Amino acid sequence: MLTFILRRLLSAIPTLILVSLFVFTLQKLLPGDPVQAMAGEERDPAVMEYLREKYRLNDPLPLQYVHWVGNVLQGDFGTSLRTEQPVTVLLASKLPVTIELAVLALIIALVIGIPTGVISAVRKGTSVDYAANVFALSGISIPHFWLGILLIMIFAVKLQWLPASGFVPLGEDLGQNLKTLILPAFVLGAGLSGVLMRHTRSAMLEVLRADYVRTARAKGLFPRTVILKHALRNALMPIVTLTTLLFGELLGGAVLTEQVFSIPGFGKMIVDAVFNRDYAVVQGVVLCVAIGFLLLNLLADVLYRLINPRLRTA
Amino acid sequence: MKFAHLMTTTLLLLAANAAVAETTLRIGIQDDPDMLDPHRSRTYSGRLVYTALCDKLVDVNPDLTFVPQLATAWNWSEDGKTLTMTLRDGVTFHDGEVFDAAAVKFNLDRARTLPDSLRKSELASVESVDVIDAKTVAIKVKQPDATLISQLSDRAGMMLAPKASATDVASKPVCSGPYKFVQRVQQDRIVLERFDNYWNKQAYHFDKVIFLPIPDTSVRLANLRSGDLDIIERVAPTDVKTAKADSHVQVFSTPGLGYMQLMYNTNNGDKANNPLGKDKRVRKAFELAIDRDAINQVVFEGLYAPSAQPFPKNSPYYDKDLPLPTRDVEASKKLLAEAGVKTPVSVELKVANNPIAQQVGQIIQAMAEEAGFKVNLIATEYATLLNEQQAGNFQIGMSAWSGRPDPDGDIHQFVTCKGGQNDGHFCDPKLDELLNKARTVNDQAQRQALYFEALRLLAEDVPTSYLYFDPRIIAMRSNLTGFVPNPDGLIRLNNVAFK
Amino acid sequence: MTSLAHPVVAQKESLKPRTRSPFVKKFLANKGAVVGAAVLILFVLAALLAPWIAPHDPLKANFLAVRKAPSLIYWLGTDELGRDLFSRLLWGARSSLLAGGVSVAIAMVIGVPLGLLAGYFGGKLDAVISRIMEALLSCPFLVLAIALGAFLGPSLTNAMIAIGLSAMPIFARLTRGQVLAIRHEDYLEGARAIGLPDRWIILRYVLPNVLSPLVVQATLTIASAILAEASLSFLGLGQQPPSPSWGSMLNTAKNFMEQAPWMSIAPGVAIYITVLCFNLLGDGLRDALDPKS
Repeated sequence: MLTFILRRLLSAIPTLILVSLFVFTLQKLLPGDPVQAMAGEERDPAVMEYLREKYRLNDPLPLQYVHWVGNVLQGDFGTSLRTEQPVTVLLASKLPVTIELAVLALIIALVIGIPTGVISAVRKGTSVDYAANVFALSGISIPHFWLGILLIMIFAVKLQWLPASGFVPLGEDLGQNLKTLILPAFVLGAGLSGVLMRHTRSAMLEVLRADYVRTARAKGLFPRTVILKHALRNALMPIVTLTTLLFGELLGGAVLTEQVFSIPGFGKMIVDAVFNRDYAVVQGVVLCVAIGFLLLNLLADVLYRLINPRLRTA
Repeated sequence: MKFAHLMTTTLLLLAANAAVAETTLRIGIQDDPDMLDPHRSRTYSGRLVYTALCDKLVDVNPDLTFVPQLATAWNWSEDGKTLTMTLRDGVTFHDGEVFDAAAVKFNLDRARTLPDSLRKSELASVESVDVIDAKTVAIKVKQPDATLISQLSDRAGMMLAPKASATDVASKPVCSGPYKFVQRVQQDRIVLERFDNYWNKQAYHFDKVIFLPIPDTSVRLANLRSGDLDIIERVAPTDVKTAKADSHVQVFSTPGLGYMQLMYNTNNGDKANNPLGKDKRVRKAFELAIDRDAINQVVFEGLYAPSAQPFPKNSPYYDKDLPLPTRDVEASKKLLAEAGVKTPVSVELKVANNPIAQQVGQIIQAMAEEAGFKVNLIATEYATLLNEQQAGNFQIGMSAWSGRPDPDGDIHQFVTCKGGQNDGHFCDPKLDELLNKARTVNDQAQRQALYFEALRLLAEDVPTSYLYFDPRIIAMRSNLTGFVPNPDGLIRLNNVAFK
Repeated sequence: MTSLAHPVVAQKESLKPRTRSPFVKKFLANKGAVVGAAVLILFVLAALLAPWIAPHDPLKANFLAVRKAPSLIYWLGTDELGRDLFSRLLWGARSSLLAGGVSVAIAMVIGVPLGLLAGYFGGKLDAVISRIMEALLSCPFLVLAIALGAFLGPSLTNAMIAIGLSAMPIFARLTRGQVLAIRHEDYLEGARAIGLPDRWIILRYVLPNVLSPLVVQATLTIASAILAEASLSFLGLGQQPPSPSWGSMLNTAKNFMEQAPWMSIAPGVAIYITVLCFNLLGDGLRDALDPKS
């Protein structure tokens, strides 16, 4: 197992290098001078030149890249061009937010998705199955930002049950914190529940067809026992790995939901940084998300091997 | 007996706690400010935060006159080259440092010499700052500058604590305003708390003030209505009716200082070599096709102020005798025929990438079509738009200006030959002469004459068409009293309190 | 060796009652897929016939009819510039459906060949291509699309290119996986043994056998692409005014949620139904093509 993990970690390095190169080049190709955006309405040429020198924007591109990578390896992700806060500080302050949102969304998705998937598989072909499928697909098909705005209108403005936007940190006030995250978590979770439901359903169907299930049934065990004890446990394997992967996607993907609900997470930070041409932030965040994604992929693979003893050959 | 004692103590403690229960004011702003360093920051949202955080030498009243804040009196010397200011007594910075003339010198020097200071052009006329005594400072200028007081009423006149600001300011600004800096989470919140040693602290009633950037106007309003915010700024005109109908909300609207203009590329690169760029008759024809009132009605519910001049209506430099051009398609067509251009004239209009700008752009597109123009509307992302305009890659650019209390700030850099924001590169030496002179003249009547003449030149040559001034619309909970709106749209919290 | 004589080619849809292939039978049995396909055909027709069936000019502003509620004249009401929403919806269908189709086409045209090459030749080529795809997939899809869109400039064409490029790794990876699965099949070994050129083998034997999952993925990706275009337009990066697209219509509509809620309902529902139908269709295709059931 250990060698497996090490091997995977090593092979992740060239991928990370590629990601960093790619993000770096893309940022530099964006039209629009960040220095100009920074220099504001007054546009003093002396100031702009000073800023270019300060952020080494006059250096040839390869040199800028090397300089950036060198800093990253020392733990310095640069500073936000807009507010001069270190990118690491930004990442550290936003990561818990995005993680909490991702966890809540995942919980909602699991709570809705798995039972629906199980019921759907057991009642395959009936109208229940059909309805559940449409429901799941709806979750995937609805535009997040639209659903978000509709929910704000209903729950925040009309009913006044929940705050319309903003965020209260976990440490400050748990109750308020959950209230601010419930709607965005629901929007994200609803979409994910569809994916989870369908995967649960197909995993369950696979398992239900298997021989050992038929054996259990033949032995006379109650259907429910069969389902819960045997089928579900084995169906959980791909679900676990899928969940890990989804978590990784959530880390960087809640872009529009965070925008609509003003949740200060990674997604919002990236979008703002792209529009403000805040290079350091975009590079830092994408690199961070890529690392997270690769690590989670590795975790999914490890879990897969752990849960399924048949694969433990490495 | 012991129990009763315990109960009484508990009850007293609870009562005491309730009495000193912290009051927090939550203000929803449109964007996240950039760095919180008054000498280096450029965003309007930054100014909103500074109003509570950093005092400045002078402040500006709703009628655009200048009033004391950290400076209690000032006067110009006979030759207009020295501004002597008397400073307020008993003022300390948030870290305990004493505010005096040396601090003023520190700040003005910093604003002028810091390499990435964005205030340099505002203080360009300043030659030196001299400490006369602890409470008096003399600012010497190279030539008379009528705009200086106005500059000192904004970020150029904000005072940072010298010792604390020797190094890093942006992450922990130390000023002398009614509230001091506690914490900032980028794109989430800026938290300030009451400064107990403020010189006017009895006028300020909140323990904590939190600024929350929320870009979406309807979400901002929804938060206000649900009580999660107490004050919001830049309410969308289309939301005003809803806001007013809500009994929990009160709305304040004042004519603002900022405007929107259509700048024509008359001399900046290849895109100026066309009938629109070279012939003022074509530009005039374009302007005549625009119905500013219709734009106001359709996009802004009639709440905005259509204008064809760079100064707000209540400014002494607004020329009431210069009529607002109304739409005249016939006259437009005639001018085009006179200029000998083949219709439809193809023009490119670049606007910023937000729904309001796009709406206005589309209306202009439709109106101009009837007069014989084929407008290609290009919505460009903000950062790219700045770039393109400066590089001359535009024919007509629709851009916003946040406005200044002094008229020079609204006109000089846009239409003078070397003006920093003159992207169209329009150049008329006579106009330059007038505007350069106007900045050195302190007498209002004299200045007025100069600006009026300049306005007529502008109306003749049409290097730019001014469209409208945006009002500053601020909404707050009905249980807040004491707010006085100001054309600059900033939220001054003196005497504001919960009922 | 029977497969050499009859290389498996993706079944063509045939509704002739006498020789109904198992694929068609399975597909038609799936009610969801049929409904999805039917609705989509309806939408596509509506989009194609928009110039003739739209009751009003979608671009003509009418300042007297700003934000009117649905009525007999304006079936779905008007927008902030007085334009008929129903007409704009029909014309918007063209942009959105086009965006979905073209983005996926771009993604496939680049991604499938890359996947074929990586899967078939293996070795260093595979390592390089796989690494690049993995790197691209580590970036969140929407973020990639936004960055590309900002780089290329806001326009519908650029949005399609941005989305297409962002979705390309999905097809590359899928194709590669499929090729790997059949790489050692007998008929391929046989073809190589005979000495057929690689290009011939790839085009005639490998590609047709990997087509089915690609078609399914394409349908599902069109759904994501339409959502992505709506998202990009929502952020201001897609279709530019005054041309309508469902996403940009929602972008303006969100400012008038209380004054004119009908502005946001129609395009939102349109996106939802279209994406849903593509998903149902993709599902149906996958089930119908699945050899196991």
